[in-house]
Amino acid sequence: MEKTHSINYGTYVLVWLGLVALTTLTVAIAGLNLYSLTIIVAMAIATTKSLLVANYFMHVKSDSRVFKVFIVVCIVIFLTMIILTFFDLIFRYPAK
Amino acid sequence: MDNESVMENKHTEHIHRDDVGSKMGMWLFLFTELILFGGMFILYAGYRFMYADSFRVAAMRLDTVVGTVNTILLLTSSLTAVLSLAAIQKKQKLFSMYLLVFTIVCGGAFLINKYFEWSTKIHHGFYPRGPEMADLPDGEVVFYGLYYVMTGLHALHVIVGMVFLTFMLVFVYKEKITFDNSQKLENAGLYWHLVDIIWIFLFPLFYLIH
Repeated sequence: MEKTHSINYGTYVLVWLGLVALTTLTVAIAGLNLYSLTIIVAMAIATTKSLLVANYFMHVKSDSRVFKVFIVVCIVIFLTMIILTFFDLIFRYPAK
Repeated sequence: MDNESVMENKHTEHIHRDDVGSKMGMWLFLFTELILFGGMFILYAGYRFMYADSFRVAAMRLDTVVGTVNTILLLTSSLTAVLSLAAIQKKQKLFSMYLLVFTIVCGGAFLINKYFEWSTKIHHGFYPRGPEMADLPDGEVVFYGLYYVMTGLHALHVIVGMVFLTFMLVFVYKEKITFDNSQKLENAGLYWHLVDIIWIFLFPLFYLIH
């Protein structure tokens, strides 16, 4: 077997505790009035949580490089789609 | 593989298995899922950009507590899904099966919450073309449209994931998944975790706008 993931229950439980803590944090922060910052903070926390799930639960961290390159390419394509859409939106609906 | 070649392989003690290829295929499928939901996230982002205020008002009507409970349920089910893989790799078959059952139960609890959440909304007339919707501004109507489509498609994925995991449970029981042959279970786990990641983004986008 070339791939032996960290078969350690403790690590997974720690990651889960981190995920629950981040969920509590994002709910608490949403209660504050940060206006336009709210969405940025919420997305930053969601991205952190996703990275935890992908790296530890989906084992990306211990996967070979080809999987990491795969995933990065896919996310770059997705982000390009979002950014191009926003160029269009900002052009059509300029901020008043 | 047809029966004849299986028998031939058994005979020569050389059953072909490509775990890396199997995992790669799963990831390719997950990318198509990402683009499927990605399209909807772009739609959401575009409409939220256009109707920022309406989205805020409409989101206030969603129950943050239900959303938070569902988030914790899915995160916990992801933990037990990965633990069941670790357990089978440690040759703890029974423990692995218990963890899989718990994972499926968490998925079921998520869906039950979703059912009550949706039926409350529908009861109050907040559904496409519902009585409450006629008087709402366009932005709020769009918000509820996206809410039903995106959380609905996600719930469909939870159902598919539960079916997928149930098959894995049977495979573990029948010892088709073992400590040195667990790629199927890992692939099912990958799917379940992706569904979890999608919810991680849906939750703040629908429940936490203030």
